[in-house]
Amino acid sequence: MVEQLEQQTPARRKQCSSCGAEFGCAEGEPGCWCESVVLRRETLAEIRALAEDCLCPACLSGYAERERNASSSEESPGLAVKGGASRWAKAIPHAAIRARGVPFLWGLGAVLFVLSSLVFALAIGPVSIGAGSIAEAALSHLPLLHIHPSLSTVEWAILWQIRAPRVVLAALVGGMLAVAGSAYQGVFRNPLADPYFLGVAAGAGLGATLAIAYRSAGSGAGELLPLAAFAGAIFGVACAYVLGRSVGGVRNTGTLILAGVTVAAFMTAVQTFVQQQHSQTLREVYSWLLGGFGSASWHDVVLVAPYIAVSATILLLHRRVLDVLSLGDEEAASLGLDVRRVRLLIVVAATAGTAAAVAVSGLIGFVGIIVPHTIRLLVSTSNRAVVPLSLLVGAGFLVLADVLARTIMSPAELPIGVVTAFFGAPFFAIILRTSRRIGS
Amino acid sequence: MSAAPLEACELSVTLGRTQVVRDISATIERGEWVALIGPNGAGKTTILRALAGLVSFAGQVLLEGRSVATSSRREIARQIALVPQHPQTPPELTVAEYVLLGRTPHIGYLATETRSDRLAAERAIARLALRPFAERSLGSLSGGELQRAVLARALAQEAPILLLDEPTSALDLGRQQQALELVDSLRSDDELTVVSAMHDLSLAGQYADRLLLLDRGQVVAEGTASEVLSEASIASYYGANVRVIHENGSVFVLPQRESHP
Repeated sequence: MVEQLEQQTPARRKQCSSCGAEFGCAEGEPGCWCESVVLRRETLAEIRALAEDCLCPACLSGYAERERNASSSEESPGLAVKGGASRWAKAIPHAAIRARGVPFLWGLGAVLFVLSSLVFALAIGPVSIGAGSIAEAALSHLPLLHIHPSLSTVEWAILWQIRAPRVVLAALVGGMLAVAGSAYQGVFRNPLADPYFLGVAAGAGLGATLAIAYRSAGSGAGELLPLAAFAGAIFGVACAYVLGRSVGGVRNTGTLILAGVTVAAFMTAVQTFVQQQHSQTLREVYSWLLGGFGSASWHDVVLVAPYIAVSATILLLHRRVLDVLSLGDEEAASLGLDVRRVRLLIVVAATAGTAAAVAVSGLIGFVGIIVPHTIRLLVSTSNRAVVPLSLLVGAGFLVLADVLARTIMSPAELPIGVVTAFFGAPFFAIILRTSRRIGS
Repeated sequence: MSAAPLEACELSVTLGRTQVVRDISATIERGEWVALIGPNGAGKTTILRALAGLVSFAGQVLLEGRSVATSSRREIARQIALVPQHPQTPPELTVAEYVLLGRTPHIGYLATETRSDRLAAERAIARLALRPFAERSLGSLSGGELQRAVLARALAQEAPILLLDEPTSALDLGRQQQALELVDSLRSDDELTVVSAMHDLSLAGQYADRLLLLDRGQVVAEGTASEVLSEASIASYYGANVRVIHENGSVFVLPQRESHP
């Protein structure tokens, strides 16, 4: 019967790992004879521990028989172990049927990275405040601990009124830009997509320019500027989406991207024209465009936190859907996704969050590209890992970049966009060169 | 009497300005295997896409008596699993992850897989003898293994209707037979209804219960292999010079070179 089984399957010749006899093995193929030998899990585990490859039908049937005359199993199977390595013996390992999420160590590392960069950023500045005192001050706000902070009132004011809002804002914006970038790259299946590319940047730039150029004399642009930038960013993406859709292209990501490019070109032209007409505002517009957290306050944090929280939550919840979209629009649709609606939802969420971030920080390039791709190269390409890790690593990255921006040429500040690109680009180049995933 | 699992009434599809499918009517019975055959550009793939509701069409497609046009994507996906000719297989995904994606129509929109989804994926993986490959990445599989992974994903969808677009086009002779045997055993074990577009006429004739011969978007012949596959019809629709051999109840279509030098 065993011989008969063996003959049914087209097979490679193999040597039995137990008795050394030659036999036909169609490991993993449907209908391989070994599939018809039913063994208990424990027996399989035992075989796998002893043998390094497939067993011949006779040996495997021996195991099955031994299982049948079960209970009195003192006699040894007489298995000659060949080689020390334990692989599998029958083509049925304990398969873990699950989707990988964030690997534990990487997740832990990312959380530690954010926390330590927050503490580091709070500690660094013209007035040095120790990390210990900062932890103490933070803990003193927890009830029941009865810790009394050792900071002086002035130190406390510096920490709480000047550094903390800046650091928190940088973390919020960095996390938002990175998570939006990862979502855009997933939803458009385009590695070059960043949070600005559907017209956010051009729209926000135009809004800010208009606010600065046409503010009523006397009143500062301070109040109006974030609002104008936010509205401009949303308007830019809305135009791109409507244009892309009207050409029937929302099914086709390429058309939507082209629509974004078109809208951006037009808005940039208008922005340049307005700047030319009001050349005295050039410097102010330029410094806003380059981005920074120099004027961060708790007011800004309160303003953008709700948008960023809602937007990031929506994007995080879509991480599995983004993996489905990686199969392409057609297959995602045949798996039951309404691809057009999903794409709109993700674009709206990412745009709202990005626009809020842009409104308080200007245009900070590179974060939305470098952070998700670094994670893809180092950890995993699954959006289940990329999206959540982007949020954490993006936050830590921008907090550190902001520390550099305000310390390198202190008391002057570098535009943070310069820092992210100047330090981010070489770092990314190293990752790109050393990563073995590329080209495989 | 229950409605047929799949029914097309005067189905027409226009892509751009070209009408690629014209007034096709067909009823597919439960458990039947129907093969769509015809030369390149005859509209085989487009018909499959229309049946799955992936292109807009005129006429009607009924799934268990319900119109595809008014069903949600998720409802369709629970009824129909489509295996495209060139599926996207992200190389970094493991087989297990890929097969789990097939559970999408059964998973809440923003939810993640439950235990029952994992069990269904595990059943599909075991059914296609992919257990040793469950944690391998798609990029490391051979063509035949990859084809089985794609079938496993479709099987995990647990839809009663399976649409296959050229399921064997990337496989060698042996793997073609294995894959089709597998589909046939899935069909009988899981009571699936199968509609497949096929290039190889001999294989189509041997595995399918019924052949629909298409030419320029229309059904030009319909029936069993011996009814549809004749030297004359293949010559006129495929422009091919073939010999058709009937032997042991099977029909073999062999290409023949017209004149020897």
